[in-house]
Amino acid sequence: MEILLTIIIILLKIVAILAPLLTAVAYLTFAERKVIGYMQIRIGPNRVGPKGWLQPIADAMKLMFKEIIIPTKADRFLFLLAPVVAFGPALAAWAVIPFGNGMILSSLDAGILYLLALTSMGVYGVIIAGWASNSKYAFLGAMRSAAQIVSYEIAMGFALVGVLMAAGSLNLNQVVLAQQGSILHWFWLPLLPLFLVYFISGVAETNRAPFDVAEGESEIVAGFHVDYSGMAFAVFFLAEYANMILVSALASTMFLGGWLSPFEGIPLLGPLFSFVPGPIWLVIKISFLLLFFLWFRATFPRYRYDQIMRLGWKVFIPVTLVWLLVVGLGVLGQVGPWFD
Amino acid sequence: MNTFSALRYYLKSFLFWELLLGLRVTGRYLFAKKFTVQYPEEKTPLSPRFRGLHAQRRYPNGEERCIACKLCEAVCPALAITIESEQRADGSRRTTRYDIDLFKCIYCGFCEEACPVDAIVETRTFDYHFEKRGEQIMTKEKLLAHGDRCEAQIAADRAIDAAYR
Repeated sequence: MEILLTIIIILLKIVAILAPLLTAVAYLTFAERKVIGYMQIRIGPNRVGPKGWLQPIADAMKLMFKEIIIPTKADRFLFLLAPVVAFGPALAAWAVIPFGNGMILSSLDAGILYLLALTSMGVYGVIIAGWASNSKYAFLGAMRSAAQIVSYEIAMGFALVGVLMAAGSLNLNQVVLAQQGSILHWFWLPLLPLFLVYFISGVAETNRAPFDVAEGESEIVAGFHVDYSGMAFAVFFLAEYANMILVSALASTMFLGGWLSPFEGIPLLGPLFSFVPGPIWLVIKISFLLLFFLWFRATFPRYRYDQIMRLGWKVFIPVTLVWLLVVGLGVLGQVGPWFD
Repeated sequence: MNTFSALRYYLKSFLFWELLLGLRVTGRYLFAKKFTVQYPEEKTPLSPRFRGLHAQRRYPNGEERCIACKLCEAVCPALAITIESEQRADGSRRTTRYDIDLFKCIYCGFCEEACPVDAIVETRTFDYHFEKRGEQIMTKEKLLAHGDRCEAQIAADRAIDAAYR
């Protein structure tokens, strides 16, 4: 009986996280079309429902009623497994993200390790899709994606090592608590290069513009998901957007103080805004970072393949290594408000 | 490259300088006035010389203008117009058949220019469609009916353009 109750509570918690998350994914697609439209001096979708607010639902309905075509020579099992492998980790990673002090599904002491493991899992979806489709374009897309993600995973990992050193813990709740004080105590300031490297690697990991060579619609049609249609395609689509939200959530947790109020420690504003619950701050920070994902897509042309490799290997990895040294010295010397 | 400019190059690329400039441009456009015309509700202005769907006009007493001179048929570069005519009981020549194939028509407006009595005109109507094969033929009846529908607009457009003809 006791166990059953625990399981039910955990399931309820999972629903409480996933339901808003999936709604956010749906409306992120809408926000993307709106923001990019506005940046291109257009209005964007505004016909379905009031001001276009039912557009994501219309899109979802359309995709649900479409046929899932499985190519004759495709590997049936892997072909259908790939979208699940892409989508699953993007959801599972939310288990260790704290929404408030202790408001966390699983307060894992190896939280950052768990995240590293899961975010690297996502790419297998892309690679399996490219392989199982048995198509040249899909395979090219998968190969590009594999090479890109291997390169950026390293820089991303090093950036997380910086966070780990600064926080002195792998538990994400502890990481946020280590940033307490004020907006200047957050890790974005002492770890600024790592923050930028982490966020840009995150854009690359989610295969978003300008790092969308895996899709590369102008070169290899749609890359790894050329042969997908209907709901199977929709799941890839969801995975991409869920990953965007995840990367933004992780960046705000590890560098922007997670659920901490940005007005903390400021004489008048601090107490004034102290009634706002932590999750609201987290959502605001996530939305802020998501805006950049959309902004990048509206602004930058796709990187050339060799430029991606150069940026990953010859810029990001050296920068993170040097900055890890700096952080190490800081921790050793107990510098400033951050490392004491 | 000397040391100074090399240093500047590295500083610029490390600070994402050029990328920030690009972001600034798109960021400005986010708040710019939008050019979108919400089509069925809003429409762009049309010229009085606009060449859309054809129509045949009538005189104020209800008599059709066309006298079956076949100048439009002769001038039509796309051979879209087919005319047959005969003498009416009152002795005047009139068309028994006046077809414009809208699939052939290139909307050049030559028929309109050739017409000595301003009978065949092109109107401002541009949003129309066909659902069945054969509907693309504008017969005499359809042309006259469309002319009756738009006569006010047609007359106004001719009046504006009269000084230049």
